[in-house]
Amino acid sequence: MARFGMAIDTVRCVGCMDCVVACKTENSVPEGFNRDWIATEVTGTFPTLHMEIRSERCNHCDSPPCVHCCPTGASHVHDVGGVVLVDYDKCIGCKACVASCPYGARFINPSGYAEKCTFCIHRVEQGLLPACVSVCPTHCMHFGDLDDPNSEVSQLLASRNHHSLLPEAGTKPRIFYLT
Amino acid sequence: MQELTITRHNEMIDPLLHIWSWQIPVYLFIGGLVAGIMIISGYFVLQGQYKRNVFSCFYLPHISLLLLTGGMTSLFLDLEHKLYVWRLYTTFHWTSPMSWGSWILVIIYPVLWLNTLIRIPERYQNKVPVFDRLSALINKHPVLIKNIGILNMLLGVLLGMYTGVLLSAFGARPLWNSAMLWMLFLVSGLSAAAALVHLITTDQYERELLAKADNAFLTLELFVFGGFITGLLTSTRVHIDAVKLILVGPYAAVFWVLVIGTGILLPLSIQLLAVNHKVKHTPVAPLLVLAGGLMLRFVIVYAGQYSHWS
Amino acid sequence: MSAYSRRKFLKISAATVTAATAASACTEASATPPAPARRATKGVERVPTYCDVCFWKCGAIASVRDGALWKIEGNPIDPLSRGRLCPRGTGGIGAHSDPDRLKRPLIRRSDRGREEWAEVSWDEAFAYIAKKMHTIKETHGPESVAMFAHGIGGNFLKHTLKAYGTPNFAAPSFAQCRGPRDVGFRMTFGEDVGSPERTDIKNAQCLVLIGSHLGENMHNTQVQEFAEAVGNGATIIVADPRFSVAASKAKHYLPIKPGTDLALVLAWMNVIVTEGLYDKDYVAKYGFGFDQFAASIAANTPEWAYPETGIEPEVIRATAREMARHKPATLVHPGRHSAWYGDDTQRSRAVALLNALLGSWGRKGGFYTPVSMSVPGYPYPAYPTAPAKVDNPGGKYPFAHEAISTGIREATITGQPYPIKGWFVYATNLIHSLPNEAETIKAIQNLDLLVVVDVIPSEIAGWADVVLPESVYLERYDDLNVEWFREPFVALRQPVIDSPDDQKPNWWMAKRLAETLGLAHYYPWKNIEEYLDHRLTAAGLSFDELKKEGIIRGAPQPIFFDDGAPSEFATPSGKIEFFSLQLQKAGFDPVPVYHRPAEPPAGSFRLLAGRAPVHTFSRTQSNRILSDMMDENEVWINADMARRLDVKSGDYVRLKNQDAVVSNRIRVKATERIRPDCVYMVHGFGHTARGLRHALQKGASDAGLITRYATDPLMGGTGMNVNFVTIEPEVTHG
Repeated sequence: MARFGMAIDTVRCVGCMDCVVACKTENSVPEGFNRDWIATEVTGTFPTLHMEIRSERCNHCDSPPCVHCCPTGASHVHDVGGVVLVDYDKCIGCKACVASCPYGARFINPSGYAEKCTFCIHRVEQGLLPACVSVCPTHCMHFGDLDDPNSEVSQLLASRNHHSLLPEAGTKPRIFYLT
Repeated sequence: MQELTITRHNEMIDPLLHIWSWQIPVYLFIGGLVAGIMIISGYFVLQGQYKRNVFSCFYLPHISLLLLTGGMTSLFLDLEHKLYVWRLYTTFHWTSPMSWGSWILVIIYPVLWLNTLIRIPERYQNKVPVFDRLSALINKHPVLIKNIGILNMLLGVLLGMYTGVLLSAFGARPLWNSAMLWMLFLVSGLSAAAALVHLITTDQYERELLAKADNAFLTLELFVFGGFITGLLTSTRVHIDAVKLILVGPYAAVFWVLVIGTGILLPLSIQLLAVNHKVKHTPVAPLLVLAGGLMLRFVIVYAGQYSHWS
Repeated sequence: MSAYSRRKFLKISAATVTAATAASACTEASATPPAPARRATKGVERVPTYCDVCFWKCGAIASVRDGALWKIEGNPIDPLSRGRLCPRGTGGIGAHSDPDRLKRPLIRRSDRGREEWAEVSWDEAFAYIAKKMHTIKETHGPESVAMFAHGIGGNFLKHTLKAYGTPNFAAPSFAQCRGPRDVGFRMTFGEDVGSPERTDIKNAQCLVLIGSHLGENMHNTQVQEFAEAVGNGATIIVADPRFSVAASKAKHYLPIKPGTDLALVLAWMNVIVTEGLYDKDYVAKYGFGFDQFAASIAANTPEWAYPETGIEPEVIRATAREMARHKPATLVHPGRHSAWYGDDTQRSRAVALLNALLGSWGRKGGFYTPVSMSVPGYPYPAYPTAPAKVDNPGGKYPFAHEAISTGIREATITGQPYPIKGWFVYATNLIHSLPNEAETIKAIQNLDLLVVVDVIPSEIAGWADVVLPESVYLERYDDLNVEWFREPFVALRQPVIDSPDDQKPNWWMAKRLAETLGLAHYYPWKNIEEYLDHRLTAAGLSFDELKKEGIIRGAPQPIFFDDGAPSEFATPSGKIEFFSLQLQKAGFDPVPVYHRPAEPPAGSFRLLAGRAPVHTFSRTQSNRILSDMMDENEVWINADMARRLDVKSGDYVRLKNQDAVVSNRIRVKATERIRPDCVYMVHGFGHTARGLRHALQKGASDAGLITRYATDPLMGGTGMNVNFVTIEPEVTHG
C-alpha cells in the first residue's frame, strides 16, 4: 500500500505563498484560515546569514497523535496512501486533535469541525497532484509514494540532504525538506 | 540569532494555542471534585457510616450527580460541533483518553445513582416506587452496599486519574507531558472533595475527620507538585521552557499566589491550627482549597496550551 | 502623503457620508459580499483566458463550478506561465468576489477628494464626460486632455482619445519604473530590455542581481526560471542592502550601501577589463569605443569602490572573476523598477556595459532576442493630426522615448507648454504610483475633468469627477496579447463569468464614449468579438480555436546570435556603444561616472521599498484571498537599530520623513536581514480611500513618504530612494 509524502526543496522555494493561495481556492478554505503556510527561519548576524524557507502543512505523520486522541474516529488514516483525514460528520469539535498536533496544522472550521490539509486526496485519487504542488512556480514541491523506492520523492530523499520538522516529537512526519 | 516567522494566522492556534477557555478547567475541576467525592463517600459507605446520618453518605452522592451534570454541561459548551456529540457513543477508541472519559462518565452515573439509593432522603421517599423497592433490596443485602462503596471508590480513582491523563496524553504540549499530572489532579480532587464536606457538613466527627484528611491531601499535593516540577525541569529544553511558564513566566503569579499560596499553604496552616484546636474551624480554609483547586486547573490548562515544541 | 491631504482624508466623517445625495458604491455599507455572479451551468466548466493581476499577462484556465467562479490555474500551453500561475494569479478570483469593488458609475457631488458621489446611469456618465470634453476641446483644444494608463486594458480608451485628437498618453511604468533601464540599454544596445524581460535566466550559469528581488518580485516566468537556475546550481551574486530571498540563494551576498550600485558595477568592469577577462572577440566584433571606455573606468578600482560601497575589494574581485568565468552565460540582471537615485539611466547603462563585456547580449544564458507573431492592428480611420506632446517640452529630457507621466503632471500645474484640463486615468492609482502626492493633487485641482476607470475605489478614484467601474479581467474580453517573448504566441482574454453589478468592460466604455462624442466612425465594429475575429482572421488565425485554447503558438525562431538571430544594434554607430557620442553631444557622460549620493542625516534611515509576491502595486489589498496572505506591510529595521530605538517586531510605529510627513502606523519587523542605515517596506499599503474598507489604514504607504524625487536628466525618470525617515513611536490609546 502506498504511503504518501512530500519532499520540498528549500533551495528552490522562494516563499511566494502560491501553495497557500492554491489550497485556499481549491479547497475553499475559509477566510482567515490556512491549511498550509510559509515558515522562514533566519540564523546568523547581518550580513552573514542563512535562511531556510519552508512550505509547511499537516505532516500526515506515520504515528499521528491527532488520530490517536480522537474520541469519535473522525480523525483517521485513509486507506489510500495513509493520508490523515477528518470525517467532518463524525467530528464533535472537542479540539483534542488541535491540541495534540505539535505542528499546529489543524484548526476549527467556522462550522465547528476540525480541518486541515488532506494532501488534496480528492485530486490525488483522480491522478492529479495536490493543488499546492501543481501550482508551485518554482517546482520545489514533490509528492509521491515514500514506500516506492522508484518514486520521485524516494529518489530525491535518497540523493539529497533532508530533514523533517520536530522529529523529536516522535510523530514520524512524512514531509521532508531538501536542503 | 534566530528569526522564525510564519505566515499562518489561524484563530485559536496562532500565535499561541488557545483552544480551550474556562469550560475545560471547570470541567476538569468538577471531574476531580466528583472523583474525590466518590472516593470519600465510597469509603464512608464501606465503613458502614451510612447507618448514621453522615453527610457524606446522605447528601454527597446527590450533590455529585448535580456537579457531574454541571461538569458535563461545561464540557458540552466547549464543543464546536455540538450537534454531533452523540458520535462519542457510537464508538470506542482505546487510544483516546477522551473516548475513555466519555464512557467512564456513562458508567459513573448509575454507580452514583446506586449510591443515592442506599439512603433515599425522606422527602423523596415513597415518590418513585421502583427506587423504594431497589433501596429496600439493597438494604436487605449489606454486601451490595459494600460493593457499591467499593465501586464508587474505584470509579472515583479512575475519574480522578482520567482528568489528568486526558491532558498528559498530549505529547505536543510539554507542560502536560508528565506522569505526575494524573496524581496531581487526583490528590487535588480528593482535597477539594474533603474541603467541600468540611464546608457543608453539620456532623462534628465528619468535619474533624475530613479537615485532617484534607491536611494530608494538601501536604501530599505539595509533594506531587514537587515531583511534577522537578520532572519537567530535569527533562528536555521544551519541557523546561514549559514548566517555566508557571514558575517564572506569565502564569507564575497566579500559580504561586493563588494555587500554592492561598490554595494550599494558607488553608493548610489554618486547618492545622484548627485540628489542633488552636483556632475554630472556619469556612475560609475549605473555600480557599476549592478556589485553589479550580485555579490549578486554569493554570495547567492555559499554560499547557501555550507550551509548545518549536 | 502630505499633511494637507491626510487631514482631508481623516476629516471625512459619518455625517458627510450621509450627506451625500445618494448611496454610492464607495460608501455603501453592505456587510456581506455580494452573491457571486453565476452562470447557469452545472458541473465544472474550464475557460482559458489570460491574467491581469499584474502586467505579465500569463495564460490561465479558470474553473467555474456550478455556476460560481472556483479557481484559476496556469494554461499548460502558455509559454509565460508554463502551466503555473504566481500567487497573485492564483488568487485572482478574489478580484471578482471583492465586496469593495466599484459597482456603478459615479459622479462627484462635493469637493474633490471627499469621496461623495451620486450613482448615475452609464448614459448620464458619458453625457457628463462628453460635455466637459467638448468644452475643453473648444476652449483649449483636444490636446488638453491627457491619459494615464497601465496595462493592455487601456488600449480602446486610448483609441477613443486619439480619435478625439490628443497625443498625450503616459504610464507611470516609464518614468517611475522601468524607463531608466530601458533607456540605458537602448543607448548601449539600441534596444529596450522589454517586458517580459528578454533575460535568459534559466540558462544562466551565473546570475547577478543588483537590488532586484526575484521571488519577492513575482514576475512569473522570471521567478520560475530563477528557481530553475538555482536548482541547476547556477552561481548567484546578489548586491542588495537587504538580505532578500534571492540573497538567501546566493553564493555571494554583497550587503551594499544604498545608492552606490554604480560604483560597484564600475569596479567590476574595471577588474574585468584590467585583468583582460572580458569577451574579447565579442567586444571586437560588436563594440564601439571600447578604448575610450576602458580609459574612462581605469580609476574605478575595487579599492576606489570599497569606501563607497562597503564591499571589500577582494569580494569585488572574486565576484568579477566569477562572472567572467561563466561568460557569456553570465546574466547581470537589468532589474525592472529602476527609478532609484536620479542617475539611474547611467547606472543601467553601466549594467548594460558589464553585460556587453561578458558578451551576454544575444547569447544563451544572457539576453535573448525576442520574437513575436504578426497580427495586424485593426484598420481604423486615421486619427486627427495632433500637436507635439506636452510632457517633455523642447526635448528637455533628450533620451525619453516614451511619455513622462510626471511631465504631464507638471504641465497640468504650470499650463506650459500648453494647458492640460482633462485627465483620463485607467487602472493606475496615481496617488500611489507618482512621487510627491501634493503635486499630483495640485495638478488635479487645475483640471476641469478627471475620469477614473478602475475596478476598485482606489485613492485616485477618490479624487475623480467621474468614476467608471470596470469589469474585472475575468468578466471581459480585452485586446489580444501579441507578446514579444522567447517564442511567438497570441493569447486571448475572454469572459469567464458575468460581472456582479453594473460594471462594464473597457472596450464597451471606449466605444460608447466615442459614440457620445460623435466619433462613432472610429468604431466600425459592433462588438469586441467582431474586432478580435477581424484581427485574427487578418493574421490567418482562428478566433474559435483561440477561444477554445486561450493561446495559439507560432513556429519557434532563433533567439540567440549563435543560432541565427540577427546581431543588429539600432544605435547611432550600429554597434554596442561602450562610448556614446550621442550622450557626449547632449552634454552627458559618454561612459557612466559615479556620483556619491546624499547620505541620511544622523538618526535617519533611507527609505527603500519593494514588492511582496502576493500583491501587485496598490491594487490587490482588498482582494480577500490575497489580503488573507498579507493584509498589512511591515517596516524592516535592522535588529541592532531596533534595540537602540527600543522597538521590537510587531510594535506599531510611524515613519516621519524629511519634510515632516508622517505615515500611517506600521508594524516593525526587527531583523538581521537589513543594513542599519536604511529601512524597507513593501509598496502599496496604507490605503486612505474610504471605499477600500478592507484595506483602509492597514500598514503604511511608501508613496506618501516619497515627497522628494531626483529627476534623471537623461529621460525624466523620478528616482525615489532619496527620502529619509525617522521612526516615531506609535502612541496607543486605550
